[in-house]
Amino acid sequence: MKVPVGPQLAALSRRAVLRFARQPSSWAPATIFPLLLVAVNSSAMARVAEIPGVVPPGTTFLMFLLPAAIVQGVLFGGINGGSELATDIQGGFFDRLVASPVSRPAILLGRLAGAVAFGVFQAVFFQLILWPFGAQVVAGPAGRATLVVSAAVLSLGVGSVAAGLAARTGQPEAVQGFFPLLFILLFLSSAFFPTQLMSGWYQVVAEHNPITWMVDGMRTLVLEGWSWSAAIAAVGVPAAVCVVGMLFATRQLDRRLAVAS
Amino acid sequence: MTAAVGRRRVPPWPLVRQVLHRSATSLKRIPAGIIPVIVMPIFFTVAFSGTFSGLTELPGYPTDNILNWMIPYACLQSASFAALASAFSLGRDLEGGFYDRLLLAPAPRWTVPTASILWAMIRALLPLTITLTLGVLGGMTFPGGLAAVWWLAVGSFSVAALGSLWGLGVMYRVQRQSAGGLVQIGLFVVMFLSVGTVPLDLQEGWLPYVARWNPVTYILDMARTGFIGTPEWSAIWPGLLAVAVGGALLAWWAERGWRRLVP
Repeated sequence: MKVPVGPQLAALSRRAVLRFARQPSSWAPATIFPLLLVAVNSSAMARVAEIPGVVPPGTTFLMFLLPAAIVQGVLFGGINGGSELATDIQGGFFDRLVASPVSRPAILLGRLAGAVAFGVFQAVFFQLILWPFGAQVVAGPAGRATLVVSAAVLSLGVGSVAAGLAARTGQPEAVQGFFPLLFILLFLSSAFFPTQLMSGWYQVVAEHNPITWMVDGMRTLVLEGWSWSAAIAAVGVPAAVCVVGMLFATRQLDRRLAVAS
Repeated sequence: MTAAVGRRRVPPWPLVRQVLHRSATSLKRIPAGIIPVIVMPIFFTVAFSGTFSGLTELPGYPTDNILNWMIPYACLQSASFAALASAFSLGRDLEGGFYDRLLLAPAPRWTVPTASILWAMIRALLPLTITLTLGVLGGMTFPGGLAAVWWLAVGSFSVAALGSLWGLGVMYRVQRQSAGGLVQIGLFVVMFLSVGTVPLDLQEGWLPYVARWNPVTYILDMARTGFIGTPEWSAIWPGLLAVAVGGALLAWWAERGWRRLVP
């Protein structure tokens, strides 16, 4: 009897989400650290908003940092979500799944559901918790929804890259080793500071960093209002990461399955 | 002070030396341990001075060379990582049972935590050298001359020692390597809630109230004093006082944890 893919995906997704929620070590740092950085930087660098051209009149540096908090949280949460696949491989659960009549895409997508759910949670949570402190989104509900969609797609993209690494190495430590690279990429972008105030090679690198394109798109929605080009940048860049990540993860998963069989 | 073994008095230093030698050997043998020591100072230096280079455009910013402001911060951040690594090593030894064997050594017991603190301070020397070299290559200046380097070194070693005492206190209580996350959070928070990127006068909102009570603010001021002008005693004595008071409180914290381990 052939079991339809839908219920398999739902069962594996439910397991991934519950497992993620039950392990505070997976989600607490990815929630606390972005908030800490936003809280500190918005206070320490509030006067940067007074430099002409950094933020539009009537907006604040806290609003400038809202996309940074979302992207930072999602990047780290996505890695944790992907590394769960490595934990499954190390613990033997992956072998049991492979021996069962479960469809192969469900193994990957089900595992990444936890990361996507967490990405959505973070985008909503950061917007809500920073709202009373003045972190408005000028683009309104449509802008807020776009930030959530962007976070969901980005967590799927980063999660799939991490899942690909997990399938290749089978070691959670190796997947977590990806974390410093993402942190460096995040710093080498406009996430925490406007690129127009950077200088030299650092500015050139930051301006050509895809994270800058995505963050700038999200930031336009937050600071200036609705714009289709900004919305496309906010969702398009993570979508491209998603396509590359899924191809990489599928390839690595096929490779592992070929070795196993 | 010495320990008595039979009729012989055993000096403390051979054990300290052996523990330091073992730590240095494990640093060589475990590449993952050396990477943060080298990579993190480079990352902090490049990230802080690159990302926030535009801060010098703020009216009233104490220097027009961002490296002069950020290198001491990167140095102290890296020193806190040295303390964190020391705490992780301690957690591993506690979990693996090696620490129990150390405590059975014929030497005064206080030498065991002392060796951990000394190792963190020695380890802080590496990031200090790396960040200063990067700074010089990047165009950092030394208005305070050699005294600038001296007070930066004092600040770095102090942060390594204070962070190490914090780590000892946590690890003696939890006795698990996984408690390193808790040590890290404490170090991160205290380093960030200071005058790391922006001086107190230019901060707004809640942060200056917290930073004013944070000892790291004064240690940073001391470490920076020779890089933003001629070293001034008014920037040095609060730093030394912060080290003394913080050291006393954290030594008490570590000692209370130690008593749980060795009643």
